[in-house]
Amino acid sequence: MRAALLLLADGRFPAGAHAHSGGAEAAVRAGRISGPDSLEEFCRGRLHTAGLVAAALAAAACGGQDPVALDAAADARTPSPALRATARRLGRQLMRAARATWPSPELDALAAAHRGGLHQPVVLGLAARAAGLTPGDAARAAAYDAVSGPSSATVRLLSSDPFAATAVLARLAHEVDRVADLATEAAALGDPDALPAASAPLLDIGAEAHAAWPVRLFAS
Amino acid sequence: MSGAGVTAHARIVAAADGSLPLLRGDGPLALRRTRAAGPYTQVTVVGAMSGPLGGDRLRLTAEAGPDAALRVTSAAATVALPGPDGEPAAYDVTLTVREGGELRWLPEPLISVAGSDLRTTTRVELAAGARLVLREQLVLGRAGEEPGRLTSRLVVRHAGRPLLDQELSLGPRAPGWDGGAVLGGHRAVGQLLVVDPVFEEKPAEARVLSETAVLAPLAGPAALVTAVAPDALLLGRLLAEGAARLGVAATDRAA
Repeated sequence: MRAALLLLADGRFPAGAHAHSGGAEAAVRAGRISGPDSLEEFCRGRLHTAGLVAAALAAAACGGQDPVALDAAADARTPSPALRATARRLGRQLMRAARATWPSPELDALAAAHRGGLHQPVVLGLAARAAGLTPGDAARAAAYDAVSGPSSATVRLLSSDPFAATAVLARLAHEVDRVADLATEAAALGDPDALPAASAPLLDIGAEAHAAWPVRLFAS
Repeated sequence: MSGAGVTAHARIVAAADGSLPLLRGDGPLALRRTRAAGPYTQVTVVGAMSGPLGGDRLRLTAEAGPDAALRVTSAAATVALPGPDGEPAAYDVTLTVREGGELRWLPEPLISVAGSDLRTTTRVELAAGARLVLREQLVLGRAGEEPGRLTSRLVVRHAGRPLLDQELSLGPRAPGWDGGAVLGGHRAVGQLLVVDPVFEEKPAEARVLSETAVLAPLAGPAALVTAVAPDALLLGRLLAEGAARLGVAATDRAA
């Protein structure tokens, strides 16, 4: 059953993630990502902030906690309206893909009850649950997602070396594991208020600026 | 051993008639009633200029009762300093605003000095019809200095529901804090939160104030200005611009 994790974390899983840069497009334009070193520091910061929060939400949802309370916790941890809209859009797309991939009455009922979409990490946790994965698996998929998106987007944005971008991900692998473990422990407490709330001001600022651009390569 | 530092709990309660049924400073947190413009009962924290030191555990609790209008300022920056034995310091602020009440929490910046280690937590509980203006300014190191360790969590609940939950971890041992996702080389970061029932009907409009500052509506009756800047002066200007856009004067001057 663990192989389902590879499917869920694969960039080719048809949930629309390839259209998003995880804040990299705004950071490249502002000069905050210009090569492998600054990409790595960007990804490290995103992993330990938005990635930690997403991993904890995913683990909690996978463990069967109330998705509505988790969605409210995600809203409170997402001050940028552009990022809230992105999270719900990606949540809807992932829900559609997950229901087709792992048919489940639980997913059907949640999709019907939340037509506007739930935050993507919450849906990721529910999809992992439907696929028979554990909260730790869901956290790993979310934490990896926090760094793989900006990394592959940067290759396109800077026309840079894909090997160097992949090496960045490899260097961050231990930290992805550590963040996933921290997130899983926090989720196991069973209290949405006790979930991590790590924030990244430039991700929030960059997302709002990016949403106002007339032309862009990525949706976020 | 955790007995080395100071433990103090200062308390403020304001009532609708402009009185302060409770005004009790403690240790380094000395409180004074000061003159304010407008309808506000104003209290200034006068004793926080050289602390907290490592090992200190400080608490400040402020409450605006039903229909009360309380404004809390500070006379000087709060400066997180290293303690004698490398222990972390804690500064916990609990703010409560009852129905129809208003609280303006406008302290001077918090400066994290090299070698210091401070965890500060601000918890805010708002009734459905309460109003809040809260400003937070964090400055990393004195001029040209490396910062200490600083973690600041802000948890705001409105009508029993989570409205905003943010934790910023900066300085040594906060991975990626100075990269392009978090501060990107800036040394001052802050936010201005405005909660007001008028936003239920008419949410604030998202607006880019500068390349490093935005104003945005939250998922609730509130707006948040988020800014980073090279220093405290420029940060203060960005937050003041956001405050002006939201129609809240963030000047601390007494009448």
